[in-house]
Amino acid sequence: MKNPIHFTALKTIWIKECTRFLRIWVQTLVPPAITMTLYFIIFGSLIGSRIGEMGGVSYMEFIVPGLIMMSVITNAYSNVAASFFSAKFQRNLEEMLVAPVSNITIILGYVGGGVARSLIVAVIVTIVSGFFVELNIQSYGMIIITVLLTATLFALGGLLNAMFAKTFDDISIIPTFVLTPLTYLGGVFYSITLLPDFWQAVSQVNPIIYMVNGFRYGFIGVSDIAPTVAIGVLVIFNLAFFVLAWWLLRRGTGTRT
Amino acid sequence: MTNALEIKGLRKIYRGGLVALKGVDLIVREGDFYALLGPNGAGKSTTIGIISSLVNKTEGSVKVFGYDLDTHINEVKQHIGLVPQEFNFNQFETVEQIVVNQAGYYGVSRKLARERAEKYLTQLGLWEKRDDRARTLSGGMKRRLMIARALLHEPKLLILDEPTAGVDIELRRSMWEFLTRINKQGVTIILTTHYLEEAEMLCRNIGIIDKGQIIENTTMKSLLGKLNIETFVLDLESSEKAPDIKSATARIIDDHTIEVDVAKSAGLNSVFNELSEQGIKVLSMRNKANRLEELFVNLVEQGRETKEQA
Repeated sequence: MKNPIHFTALKTIWIKECTRFLRIWVQTLVPPAITMTLYFIIFGSLIGSRIGEMGGVSYMEFIVPGLIMMSVITNAYSNVAASFFSAKFQRNLEEMLVAPVSNITIILGYVGGGVARSLIVAVIVTIVSGFFVELNIQSYGMIIITVLLTATLFALGGLLNAMFAKTFDDISIIPTFVLTPLTYLGGVFYSITLLPDFWQAVSQVNPIIYMVNGFRYGFIGVSDIAPTVAIGVLVIFNLAFFVLAWWLLRRGTGTRT
Repeated sequence: MTNALEIKGLRKIYRGGLVALKGVDLIVREGDFYALLGPNGAGKSTTIGIISSLVNKTEGSVKVFGYDLDTHINEVKQHIGLVPQEFNFNQFETVEQIVVNQAGYYGVSRKLARERAEKYLTQLGLWEKRDDRARTLSGGMKRRLMIARALLHEPKLLILDEPTAGVDIELRRSMWEFLTRINKQGVTIILTTHYLEEAEMLCRNIGIIDKGQIIENTTMKSLLGKLNIETFVLDLESSEKAPDIKSATARIIDDHTIEVDVAKSAGLNSVFNELSEQGIKVLSMRNKANRLEELFVNLVEQGRETKEQA
């Protein structure tokens, strides 16, 4: 087993992760569908009809990509954070640590589980949105690349959070105090061109801006950020998070004594 | 014969300065059934943690079937099956999922893992429970599940950290039979336990660790040979006069029972002769205390006294 990736082990971790979120589908797959339906009704239909157009399309059409992306971010993050931390807490992570499973395999397995859940949720939310608005797709490639890179990035984020976490509170602090504000301020509900220059500049530091805009570009062909820049930023963040996760796992931070 | 495990100069200093291991040297031969005993906090679990790569060592070397932990960690892991002290499986997974997944981590295909799951779960009396969630199992079943899980990749060295803690005697005996059987099939076993009669019954060799150091490493036979005096409890047929024994130290417990301390060299014949001459019939006889337990306590105490004097 000299390869950095052990495929049987990777498949096992991935199946285990998918089995976990499918077993508790009422907690993992149903809530995003309900939440997003409420967003579509309240912000899209009720309030949106009074707002008019944004970015050259109806407000409903404008917010749908952002809301899908919001579900992807939240689910990718929370899936890995909860699963990895509970494996640490119940100590069943040791099952992997005593076996000849490379650290890269462990990362890919958990991230793969998070990505799978977030993609299923994305499909559910997209289907729900179909009841409210007719979606036009400008670039399938852009949609697929952005959603995959975003899901992977936040799955890695969840993994990093879980590695450092010592209590269940620790895996809810980042989503509550960092992820939610960044998502709401990440251009899901508005175009950043509406902001004063100073806040537009500040918004450029928020990585979620790039994801939401890159994804929205795939649907409506309009974006506040150039698509290549959006993808570039996502790739850089993904690489940085992956290397950090690998280094921490190799060091045994939060996992070995 | 190959060494299943070879530990040299193993030291572990935890963050915060606690010295858990002070230079442990240990050799376990292939095919052995080895007992690693020691009081709580002696360093048993740390040693096992390092061998199974859950704990990073500070210094020293560990080799498993000739593979060095530092340079061939995957080969070392592939050879070891670990049954930890505490339940560490996902309580929400089914019995079969737990063992099949564990095999997958070792590179065993799901098809082969399912076949082996049936074999080991059947042998350990858990096949009927394969679709039950782990949290619904009894304590004894959970212990057996951890043994099955450790065997699915068919390791050559099985390490059991107090596998029978909290298990009733009937189940404990069936686990002993199972472990003896797989040992005979060629699996080297290292066992830590607090039930010293368990070690005495199962193991051929024994190591005693205290305060991070091995204070005894020998065969069970030679260790038990160190015990010079044994205490026997004799149940007697009631007689009018109290028994008078001169060949050994005897204590009268009640009208029917006496305790006799017998030097190994002296034997029991003289005691029986004396009782026969007095017309007292011995109905039954048993060991008062577990012999190994006595030795264990003596060795640990002696070791501590020596260190204090030094």
